[in-house]
Amino acid sequence: MLKVPILEMRNVGKTFAQNGRAIEALWGANLCAKKGEFICLIGASGCGKSTLLRLAAGFETPTTGEALMWGMPIAGPDPSRGMVFQDYGLFPWLTVRDNIGFGPRSRGRTRQEIKETTDRFIELVGLSNFADLYPHQLSGGMKQRVAIARVLANDAELVLMDEPFGALDAMTRERLQDEVTEIWSRTGLTVLFVTHAIDEAIFLADRVVVMSPGPGRIDSEYAIDLKRPRDIASAEFNEWRRLLASKLHSHHARKAG
Amino acid sequence: MSTLASDTEQQTAREQATTRPPVRRSFSEGGSPRLRPVLLAITFPLALLAFWHFATVNRPGSLIPPPYDVWQELQDLAFGGINDDAYSRTLHIHLLASMSRVYGGFVLALVVALPLGMLIGRVKIIRQLIDPTIQILRPIPVTAWLPLAMIIFGLGPRSAFFLVFLGAFYPILVNTIFGVRSVEPRLFEAAAMLGCRGPAQFFRVVLPAALPSIFTGVRLGLGFAWVVIVVGEMTGVQTGLGAIIMEARQLSRTEIVISGMIVIGVFGFLSDQLVMLLGKRLLAWSPSHA
Repeated sequence: MLKVPILEMRNVGKTFAQNGRAIEALWGANLCAKKGEFICLIGASGCGKSTLLRLAAGFETPTTGEALMWGMPIAGPDPSRGMVFQDYGLFPWLTVRDNIGFGPRSRGRTRQEIKETTDRFIELVGLSNFADLYPHQLSGGMKQRVAIARVLANDAELVLMDEPFGALDAMTRERLQDEVTEIWSRTGLTVLFVTHAIDEAIFLADRVVVMSPGPGRIDSEYAIDLKRPRDIASAEFNEWRRLLASKLHSHHARKAG
Repeated sequence: MSTLASDTEQQTAREQATTRPPVRRSFSEGGSPRLRPVLLAITFPLALLAFWHFATVNRPGSLIPPPYDVWQELQDLAFGGINDDAYSRTLHIHLLASMSRVYGGFVLALVVALPLGMLIGRVKIIRQLIDPTIQILRPIPVTAWLPLAMIIFGLGPRSAFFLVFLGAFYPILVNTIFGVRSVEPRLFEAAAMLGCRGPAQFFRVVLPAALPSIFTGVRLGLGFAWVVIVVGEMTGVQTGLGAIIMEARQLSRTEIVISGMIVIGVFGFLSDQLVMLLGKRLLAWSPSHA
């Protein structure tokens, strides 16, 4: 029997109208995510990786083709597909605790349930001492922890991350990469992670999907067979790095030429 | 796995959260740090008072009474025992009448402008239907409405109430619309993917996100309510600070006019302070208000 994938993109295309001109952001994308898989989408700007993610989230509807979750068409945003934005998207008027409790509260959980859930996830992302602070009092790394906890606390099965660590300093980024891998391996979540950093993609992903611009499309896929935890200084890691870099560079050169 | 945030990160966040930015103070400033702003704040009015005093005292021809006469009148208005005329010990009556109109008109403006502003800001068809009309009505000064108000609402407190309402209405409405329209689109996406969609977003996203702007409107609106109270009470009402100012003007009792002005100034200021205090509590989350 064929197993239904958690996420499936069938020949998906997306065209935006901009100043009266049609911009083809994504064209003929096919992607299949198995439950528990960690997939990184990588590519130069304009390759449609964020568009693909937003289609999966349900923020956009495909112009052509179809986007399916568990075989059902994706119609609008849903708690089962949680998004972590690069700019955090936290509610500035809510404390860390209430930001994390926002989802459960929206879905009509009881006060007691909300408290238990938020406590658990505040603990998970290590923000117990900061539960009553507002977002503007937090560092970038802590804000992103809240954003991740908020999605997990709402029972997301598929976590969509749009360059989540792009705005963070290198140290914090590495730390959060470790933590995300850790949480992912313990929970069996499925993650779709957009990045433009090659190292990040190799470090995190089971599978790297390389995308190319003009129009945005999926170029190639690579299963990263390195065992975890991964050593970014190893020779194998370096080989992957070289391979993906040359792949991405060829897009760049082609686009420029 | 260590789930703790890195130490340095925690450190900076804790510092940001607990310590206030240090107050810079140079040696030359001297004096008690808390007394300084108070002293500075009263320097200018004291100078003004002195000027007023020397310009008017011992000049029988002066149309403006000296400060001491006004002070006496103010006491007589409040407690009586000095002039013992028709105005003695009537201040509380006028103050209460004006305050009930100011706050009544203001609250009514808030109740109407807030939901209307949210609808105009968020619902396109309502914006297209109502906004152009409002933009045309808005520049019309409250004073211009006076004759029409008296025709529609008759002579008396109802017209006053309407004019105060009008004065408070536009600032609240305009700022609510602005606040609602400038909510970051990202927050709607975040709310939607967390399961908060449709009308629920009004209360859980739009209202709190627009609160700083709404608050600005509320402050301006209440200020305007005090500003237009004198005009509002030109509609033939018997009581109110505006009413006695206009009446005293006809009787050439300028010291009563000035007393009325001072009382409006002081209570307008106090009411603004109260709103500010409320805002500080309500907007503790906002870096630009806390």
